[in-house]
Amino acid sequence: MFDVEKIRKDFPILSRKVNGKPLVYFDNAATSQTPQQVIDVIVDYYHNYNANIHRGVHTLSQEATDLYEQSRQKIQKHFNAKFSHEIIFTSGTTHGINLVANGFSSILKKGDDIIVSALEHHSNIVPWQMLCERTGANLKVIPMNDEGELVMSAYDRLLSKNTKLVFVNHISNALGTINPIEYIIEKAHDSGAAILIDGAQACPHIKPDLQGLDVDFYVASAHKMCGPTGVGMLYGKEAWLKKLPPYQGGGEMIAEVTFEKTTYADLPHKFEAGTPNIAGGIVFGAAIDYMNSIGFDTIAKYENELLQYASQKLLAIEGLKIYGTAKNKTSVISFNLEGIHPYDVGSILDKLGIAVRTGHHCAQPIMDYYKIPGTIRASFAFYNTKAEIDTLVEGVKKAKMMLS
Amino acid sequence: MTIEEIQNEIIDEFSMFDDWEERYQYMIDLGKELPLIDDQYKTDSNIIKGCQSKVWVHAEMNDDKLQFTADSDAIITKGIIAILIRAFSNQHPKDIIDADTSFIDKIGLKEHLSPTRANGLVSMVKQLKMYAIAYQTQLN
Repeated sequence: MFDVEKIRKDFPILSRKVNGKPLVYFDNAATSQTPQQVIDVIVDYYHNYNANIHRGVHTLSQEATDLYEQSRQKIQKHFNAKFSHEIIFTSGTTHGINLVANGFSSILKKGDDIIVSALEHHSNIVPWQMLCERTGANLKVIPMNDEGELVMSAYDRLLSKNTKLVFVNHISNALGTINPIEYIIEKAHDSGAAILIDGAQACPHIKPDLQGLDVDFYVASAHKMCGPTGVGMLYGKEAWLKKLPPYQGGGEMIAEVTFEKTTYADLPHKFEAGTPNIAGGIVFGAAIDYMNSIGFDTIAKYENELLQYASQKLLAIEGLKIYGTAKNKTSVISFNLEGIHPYDVGSILDKLGIAVRTGHHCAQPIMDYYKIPGTIRASFAFYNTKAEIDTLVEGVKKAKMMLS
Repeated sequence: MTIEEIQNEIIDEFSMFDDWEERYQYMIDLGKELPLIDDQYKTDSNIIKGCQSKVWVHAEMNDDKLQFTADSDAIITKGIIAILIRAFSNQHPKDIIDADTSFIDKIGLKEHLSPTRANGLVSMVKQLKMYAIAYQTQLN
């Protein structure tokens, strides 16, 4: 039985005050909060296991290595990858995307196409623009409609034999739209293109089945899944990871080095140069354990309840407009008050202890589409409550009163 | 009045407010007053881009004194601009260069000058001083 009050006790930060008011944390799409069970694993690592991995013969190093590799297996199992060496530890989603983009610079030629979507985060656009500049490939964009959904008929038309790579997010960070990635993956493969999915916003809400999806690459960040910052994962099908050249040179990624020639280590180490974020990697697994202990079906059901409740309450405020009204969306509400700048509303909500994101959410093309400078974004997690949504609604009303 | 005297006057005014709501309401009212900048100067070259709100600044020298006009698309930002302009406009460039900006902390608006707000205000204060340095160089 899902008991939100019991779950809230796992998160020490939720009982703190901000500007004299109880914190209402609705910026979960930017980063999630960390439960005590996960914090304990960070502390336990530094208390008992801290050592460099994959190289020492001493016991500490072997124990730390075991924990790190067990975490990789946990991640493999969670995402249903075929092999644990298909899971590459990264510093986060952006790192994973850059790793793939860099790998494709030796594959792409002039005249090839890369397709991205209009719903992308900046970090999803820039690496491909850089890749296109380096290789002479063209960047094509799947457009969105007024509801904030990708237009699939336009995607079909963009695909051709020149398409080498398709890249979309699983869920939009700015609007919460859940993209039809099953269809996008299938169509990309029909055209002979590889496909990379950014799962940063999806993994806190959904448990993706990577083999079932048949996706070539998938990236995620631990800090959006109740884990620490600075660690994430890149999944790549074995064949693709073997094909791509290493991203960075350094320790860990080599098998043998002479001044004449270096042979690279096997997967996954080929892509993990240098001492990794060992604690982060271990704790990532613990965060996944925590989320699974609650259950993704339970999380999705409860968050959808919060989304419906908040949408209904917010829309009752006159002059409030919600951007992103896709049929299939996650617990993110991007909105504005008519004639009022989102920054002003965000400043007043902060004074009331309510944490929301304001601005363009690193997704300027979406803001340009709606011709707005930005939005106020409230994003809910399974540890939020309807009472907190009531506080937000009262806060928005107060901001409206003060600013009109 | 010197910049310091004006700043002390502003601090006095703000000390009359009991809580953040009164302070913010005052800022919002300041922000709602007429546009602070002539539309012809609301150009892209005068714009200071923050991630969150835009700020325009224009500077003009009259009788060895530097006059600033500015505007923003967010009203609280505009209110703070009104206060900054009141403190720094119509002063000698050298005095602007030497001026302290800690009065913003003292009137309880420090958070708006934090770089994480990305609202253009931090850059605006820098820009006011840059204008002062540029005009001071001309005077020398």
